[in-house]
Amino acid sequence: MNSLDQIFVTLKQWLLSYVPTDFQPVGSALLSIVAIIAVFGTAFALTTILERKGLGRIQNRPGPNRVGPCGFLQPMADAVKMLTKEDIVPYAADKVLHYLAPIVLTVPIWLAFAVLPFGRNMSAIELDASIVFFFAVGSASELAVFMAGWSSHNKYSLIGAMRGIAQMISYEVPLVLSTVPVLMLSGTLNLNEIVNAQSGFSFGVGQWNVFTPWGAAGFLLFMIAATAESNRAPFDLPEGESEIIAGFLTEYSGFKYALFFLGEYLGLFAVTGLAVTLFLGGWNAPLAFLNVVPSWLWFFAKFGALIAVFIWARGTVPRLRFDQLLNFAWKFIVPLTLVNIAVAGIWYFSSDHLAYAVRWLICAGIFLGFYELLGRFLSLKRAPRTYRYAE
Amino acid sequence: MKFNFQGAGIVRGFVETARNFLGSYYDPERLTTVEYPERKLALPENVRTVPFLVYDHDMSGLRCTACKICEQECPAACIKIIKDTVKKSDYLGKSQFQPQVFDIDIAVCMSCGICAEVCPFDSIKMDQVYELATQDRFAPLILHKEQLGKSNAYFHAIHPTDAVETDSLRDEAKRKAETKAAADAAAKAAAAVKPKPEISTTANSQSVGTSATANVEKAVAT
Repeated sequence: MNSLDQIFVTLKQWLLSYVPTDFQPVGSALLSIVAIIAVFGTAFALTTILERKGLGRIQNRPGPNRVGPCGFLQPMADAVKMLTKEDIVPYAADKVLHYLAPIVLTVPIWLAFAVLPFGRNMSAIELDASIVFFFAVGSASELAVFMAGWSSHNKYSLIGAMRGIAQMISYEVPLVLSTVPVLMLSGTLNLNEIVNAQSGFSFGVGQWNVFTPWGAAGFLLFMIAATAESNRAPFDLPEGESEIIAGFLTEYSGFKYALFFLGEYLGLFAVTGLAVTLFLGGWNAPLAFLNVVPSWLWFFAKFGALIAVFIWARGTVPRLRFDQLLNFAWKFIVPLTLVNIAVAGIWYFSSDHLAYAVRWLICAGIFLGFYELLGRFLSLKRAPRTYRYAE
Repeated sequence: MKFNFQGAGIVRGFVETARNFLGSYYDPERLTTVEYPERKLALPENVRTVPFLVYDHDMSGLRCTACKICEQECPAACIKIIKDTVKKSDYLGKSQFQPQVFDIDIAVCMSCGICAEVCPFDSIKMDQVYELATQDRFAPLILHKEQLGKSNAYFHAIHPTDAVETDSLRDEAKRKAETKAAADAAAKAAAAVKPKPEISTTANSQSVGTSATANVEKAVAT
């Protein structure tokens, strides 16, 4: 079973044994790049079709089912359509920036995958501060959005880009703050170490961060911030089809448009992978006896489940207004992440004095009480909403 | 019982969409859409697409008399009619013109139905066919007399109310025409019989007889 767990690591080492010693670091990096692009490229294609089918079912319709068996060749048809479309660049556009924006969006996101541990001994590069690296390259997407909006020379593009910048910077703060408790409790910035810290079992159940009060709260806050950070519904204001055509994508067509889509989905995959790593125990099995299943399979099972949650949220929650979006970030999510850091501190220092259940209840109570009070306080000034025609 | 913690509405929304997602798999009744080429919904009676020509029994019974009213009234000018030189008799037994050419360019037709409204012969009616796409955008979209002609039974099938009403009106007209023809024939016979006893009639009585004959001829002509 261990051989199946390490099958990709052994495969890589076997392939590298044919490479001269001097070129082995380069060869190792190239092999990892090929593997990551192949796996997440496929995941992108698969997610687009599954998302469309899932949203269809949520809206009580079958979804795409014409191309290939059950419609699963739809991504191929989409790709052919995108590639054969005319690539239009507006006359007044800043040609260089317009050309560079999709590249600047996509390339740094591929870099973020380099530090994620996809299985036991399966991260492309080993960095001591890998989470810092992750957030550093992830923030390049803001630049790409602004480049796209500015270079298009179109007011809708610019409005979309301004919204994108405001939203992504606002949600970058809770995204990073919600990871802080994990870093505090595991005492490291290395994602591999963070996974190892969650690898124990108590009563046969994995010691994942999400099973602690600060972990569960941090996980939810992280997921909300990640949805906003990857510009997905209900936080898809930068695109806002009903208001500003397609936002910063308005003047893009053909393959550049497809690259933007690829970039957005890869951004989603990267933060989902990080959520799995930080809160859901990474590649660890949930129950002790399930350890026989290969670690990379566990990672991708959790990954797929979280993607399904994102799709579910997209099919459920309507788009926010922009003031609601920013109020939600600064008045609600950010204070909650700060409280969560305090709760994590209480959890850490009470470990020697209190029983596990008592500690759990106290920490959960503090967070939930603050959540409820803050929510009530923020909705104090609002009159109860009346629906004149709907009720 | 309704839990009213902060964010309860969002949780309820998630439950609702999850119910839709699962429900659409085991309960096909939930699906609001129809998979079109395999399943087609029955059309409401008043649906109209392009016009067609009604005939009784077969194509020789085409009701159209090439009067060209529809051609003149068509706002899109998509109807082209050329009168045939040969006449034929209609259901009332009258001699009528018939179209040699009756073409409708359905690429131009805008489905307004004015042609069907103005037709005094209940000949042109609105069809319900909607799969009219062709590979070529010119010739196949011009429908000729042979393609346009459809039976009265088809008319009954697609517009039952209108067809029944039309048929009753036509039956009424036919019955009236028959009684009138019979009455006229009787009058003619009477006129023919009446002068017999008085062979040396006056000019007055003869003129009555000729006028009666003229009436009959007039009725046949109209």
